[in-house]
Amino acid sequence: MDTIFGVPTQALFGQLLIGLINGSFYALLSLGLAVIFGLLNIINFTHGAQYMLGAFGAYLLLTKLGLNYWWALLIVPIVVGCTGVIIERLLLSRLYNLDHLYGLLLTFGLALIIQGVFRNEYGSSGQPYPIPPQLMGGQKLDFMFLPNYRAWVIAASLVVCLGTWYLIERTKLGGYLRAATENPALVQAFGINVPRMITLTYGFGVGLAALAGVMAAPIYQVSPQMGADLIIVVFAVVVIGGMGSILGAIVTGFGLGLIEGLTKVFYPEASNTVIFIIMAIVLLIRPAGLFGREK
Amino acid sequence: MAAVIQAVGTTAGGAETRALRLAFLAMVAIIAIAPLAVYPIFLMKVMCFALFACAFNLLIGFGGLLSFGHAMFFGMGGYVAAYSAKEWGVTPELAVLLATACTAVLAWVAGLLAIRRQGIYFAMITLALAQMVFFFCLQAPFTGGEDGIQSVPRGKLFGVVDLADNRAMYVFVAAIFLGGFLLIWRIVHSPFGQVLKAIRENEPRAISLGYDTDRYKLVAFILSGTLSGLAGGTKSLVFQLASLTDVHWSMSGEVVLMTLVGGLGTLFGPVVGAAVIVTMQNYLAQLGAWVTVVQGAIFVVCVLAFRRGIVGELGALFKGRKLR
Repeated sequence: MDTIFGVPTQALFGQLLIGLINGSFYALLSLGLAVIFGLLNIINFTHGAQYMLGAFGAYLLLTKLGLNYWWALLIVPIVVGCTGVIIERLLLSRLYNLDHLYGLLLTFGLALIIQGVFRNEYGSSGQPYPIPPQLMGGQKLDFMFLPNYRAWVIAASLVVCLGTWYLIERTKLGGYLRAATENPALVQAFGINVPRMITLTYGFGVGLAALAGVMAAPIYQVSPQMGADLIIVVFAVVVIGGMGSILGAIVTGFGLGLIEGLTKVFYPEASNTVIFIIMAIVLLIRPAGLFGREK
Repeated sequence: MAAVIQAVGTTAGGAETRALRLAFLAMVAIIAIAPLAVYPIFLMKVMCFALFACAFNLLIGFGGLLSFGHAMFFGMGGYVAAYSAKEWGVTPELAVLLATACTAVLAWVAGLLAIRRQGIYFAMITLALAQMVFFFCLQAPFTGGEDGIQSVPRGKLFGVVDLADNRAMYVFVAAIFLGGFLLIWRIVHSPFGQVLKAIRENEPRAISLGYDTDRYKLVAFILSGTLSGLAGGTKSLVFQLASLTDVHWSMSGEVVLMTLVGGLGTLFGPVVGAAVIVTMQNYLAQLGAWVTVVQGAIFVVCVLAFRRGIVGELGALFKGRKLR
């Protein structure tokens, strides 16, 4: 059997694939965090819970209404995004003239509530979610076996990430958004409804998290705690990448997923901590993050 | 956050110092009498968490730095005290001192990294570092992994007083709590504490006045982390157990909640908040996961409508009546 650095190629590429999958979710989630932070100046601690809501949404649609994966992919992000809009209108909008840290505390409280409710209902153990029949099976490549569903997740999240980048960096709507990030008062003076833009941005970021949750449902088990630990890793990803750049968030997300996969092959004991160690190193060398600007 | 704290007022005028002294005496009296009516282990738990919350408040209330990773000091202190008391058989005061020293080193390292960013990033970095410490504790051989370190002997204080007796242990914990509390009181009203407040209000201004703000923040972080470790070490001796619960991020959230409920930037707020939250957990324990929901709801209510906390509101009420 072929080996690279004493590791079987099968195992190496297998772990790299898992790394890419994790990286897709890091990228999707940190992208949503970055978009929200850019306009609202709030770190959305509820993001992990909203990702979990996405996965549970898919699970509930399948078990209660019999709607399949593809419907879930369409419906769940919109519904969860709407709950985000409600949260922003009812709660977050009261905090904009206060210290940003209150936003963090409020969203942390919301995350506790959402996760607690689901843990009461479904316990801590995970619920299985089947892979959609269209994506069953896989491709036998020369060096590894590539399951179709995983290839789909990587491709889909790349498309969503790049689509978001295009939307924000290349369209007129994105131009308004970036302008409002720089100077909301001025943009409002030009007759653009900034509060509504803020609301929709939060809904969009939350929708992204829910989309990631739906895509994650067939890979990881659907459990109430699935977002809680993930969100901390995503915070570290955000600190490493810096929240200034959309493309930066995407690159850092996928890159760190790959590094984590490699660590699992060569030094498994550190695979849980490697991202935090990288964060510490980045803070020492470039405190503003790899793609961030010092403000 | 600064505005609210300012409204509550932390500068000690004559009347206020007197009020604080009275409150302190009342607290000492409560600590002395309460064990007659209330289960002493519960009171010791409250005091450990109160010291933890006070230490945390030193950083957020007086330095304006929100750490979301204080569980790493609390939990690590617990592990060090439990391990040294059980495996090396050191006396309890040494175990607690060792815990304090180790967390001081940890706080120094973590602080050096965390103070490189401000505001929200500071919170995220401390959270990430604490998660790293959590995984370290999960895997390291000396922590006992999922089981934790169990049946830790309380030992004999100075080799003489047997702390297995709950009354002796109570006095020991009360002494540590009151000592820590007085130290924080002193720090807050020292020139160092004043500079810290200046940094909280306006950091660029403090820099322009010639203060090396990073060093002040680092020292505040180390002091806060060290005292948290002291609280954690004491708690592990009281319960004779050190476990992963104390290093988990939810513990970091709990201490934020205690401080928020009691009143950010007030001396007694964290004590009141700790008492309220620990009592609530005690009564709601049979509800299981609903405790998390209730805690989340308290967070939301506090942030939206009750930002000054219990002690802060009382202080404002008191002041308002005087003006009238």
